[in-house]
Amino acid sequence: MRVSLLTGRTLDQGREKERGKFSEEYTRSAAVCFIDPEDMKELRIRENASVRVITDSGSVIVKARKSLRGPHPGIVFIPYGAWANVLVDPKTHSTGMPSLKGIPAELEPAPQEDSLSMEDLIRKHYRKA
Amino acid sequence: MKLPRISNITCPVCGCLCDDLEVTVEGNSVTDVAKACAVSEGKFLNYGSHRLLSPLIRKNGELVKASTDEAIRRSAEILANASYPILYGWSCTSCEAIRVGLELAEEIGGVIDNTSTVCHGPSLLSIHDVGIVTCTLGQIRHRADLVVYWGSNPWSAHPRHLERYTTFTEGRFQRTEWRRYVSRLGSASAAKRSLRAAKLALKKVLRVAKGPPVQSEYALSRKGRKMIVVDARKTRSADIADYFIQVQPNKDYEVLQALRVLIREGELDVKEVGGIAVEQLEEFADALVSCEFGVLFFGVGLTMSEGKLRNIDAALSLVRDLNRYTKFIIMPMRGHFNVAGANIVFTWQTGYPYAVDFSQGYPRYNPGETSVVDILSREESDASLIVASDPVSNFPREAVENLVKSPMIVIDPHPSPTSIMADVVFPSAFVGIEAEGTAYRMDRVPLPLKKIVEPPEGILSDEEILKRILHEVRKIKQGQASR
Repeated sequence: MRVSLLTGRTLDQGREKERGKFSEEYTRSAAVCFIDPEDMKELRIRENASVRVITDSGSVIVKARKSLRGPHPGIVFIPYGAWANVLVDPKTHSTGMPSLKGIPAELEPAPQEDSLSMEDLIRKHYRKA
Repeated sequence: MKLPRISNITCPVCGCLCDDLEVTVEGNSVTDVAKACAVSEGKFLNYGSHRLLSPLIRKNGELVKASTDEAIRRSAEILANASYPILYGWSCTSCEAIRVGLELAEEIGGVIDNTSTVCHGPSLLSIHDVGIVTCTLGQIRHRADLVVYWGSNPWSAHPRHLERYTTFTEGRFQRTEWRRYVSRLGSASAAKRSLRAAKLALKKVLRVAKGPPVQSEYALSRKGRKMIVVDARKTRSADIADYFIQVQPNKDYEVLQALRVLIREGELDVKEVGGIAVEQLEEFADALVSCEFGVLFFGVGLTMSEGKLRNIDAALSLVRDLNRYTKFIIMPMRGHFNVAGANIVFTWQTGYPYAVDFSQGYPRYNPGETSVVDILSREESDASLIVASDPVSNFPREAVENLVKSPMIVIDPHPSPTSIMADVVFPSAFVGIEAEGTAYRMDRVPLPLKKIVEPPEGILSDEEILKRILHEVRKIKQGQASR
């Protein structure tokens, strides 16, 4: 399903980062994707199911969360954090600012997969020289 | 036994810098905090639970414990020998530490950038072009009768902003809207319960019309302080607002310019702009023009969307235009507690607020070229110093891939994804809890951050660590010059 990806702050993500970015609580607050209930029905996914979000910059597995304040079909939201930043567009268009909102993305169910912990995500994507 | 309670503590979390916290200290640790938001409480009660207590140096691919002197020497060697190092972060530390960081950047001919490069950098660029009509939060608290949040969700990102400075505060000339909101919440909850009961009684045959709820024009014409939220999705803040306007992602520029046309009594020959019906925009424009003292707070919903600084150009110009008819001001919702301070200290030391390049021996400023994400994307830097920030979590993947390739020094109280990729790690004291300093609120008012407890033994402040690295760098440079 084609969607528009927004990233941003949530109260949970803000609070749980103070417990440490390697904590399970932080992962539960940031490795998630808020989706419109109608879109979840169309994709046949339930709350907490794994979904794959793909953009031109990368792809990541996160847990589906029902968006409480719809309707906003076609718009998904991932809180700030390492999971969201795998997907964002690094182009700054000569402003210094990458594009972190309104990114065209593809959303699909990923029932066989699980979202990665912070350590595993870092290990998967980044290598020291 | 009554535990000591320290009053008027400034919160080192977000740009609100709430300075009315009451902290209870037992021994040398914080056991309770009153008047704090959820994020602030999380920080004060958990700051000691996950931290490093010794510097680390990478040896044979592994981070191992090291003495402070050894870590200082290694850091100074990396920075003194780099040809184009970047110094990044600075928004979660004190102005005093930032001042030393700028001196260090000049000494090593590096690029120094702060986190506004990925939050309100475009706002600063736009302010250079258009200018800004603004004031302090105290003025807004007492006088603003119309509060607009655009691309901003204060409930989540600045949890006490509404309570201390806008809708839910009791000002000298404007009343709090708290009671009205609670009563509205009560009616909405009762209506929901009745609907659920009706559905059950009618065995679910009742169908409720889908789509956004119809908003009353009365919400904007009534007396008293009003709040409008404009955002691409409905947020908790939008629930609180009297009026919510849902704009399509990346269409803020069009909507802002359409409003500029409407307040000049122009006509739009389209039915909708950015997914918003023109009738709704007309109601919004009427509300903007007819208030006595309006304020537009804008968040990163504008700076991070397509158009970036041009969105802010349009917002600043809208507010400038509104001042022909009424009093209106505009303010960016700054995120980290001292990101405004970073801009201010950068500006008084170099003339520029962020993305300052000292590689030519004098400060040069050209965001898009001298900004850290662009430098990393072009793979130009050969070392980095990260202070109180976590770019491995917060930068786009491509930029992080290049950041971690070259030697990296991290100064941060927390272990973070950035510190585990570093070559030298300094655990530092928490500014505002274990170290004092100065920070600037989002309205550029400076406030003191207090030291409430002692840091663990051997843990230095950011300022002290930076001073020692600078001293060691100068020693190396003098040695190189005398050879």
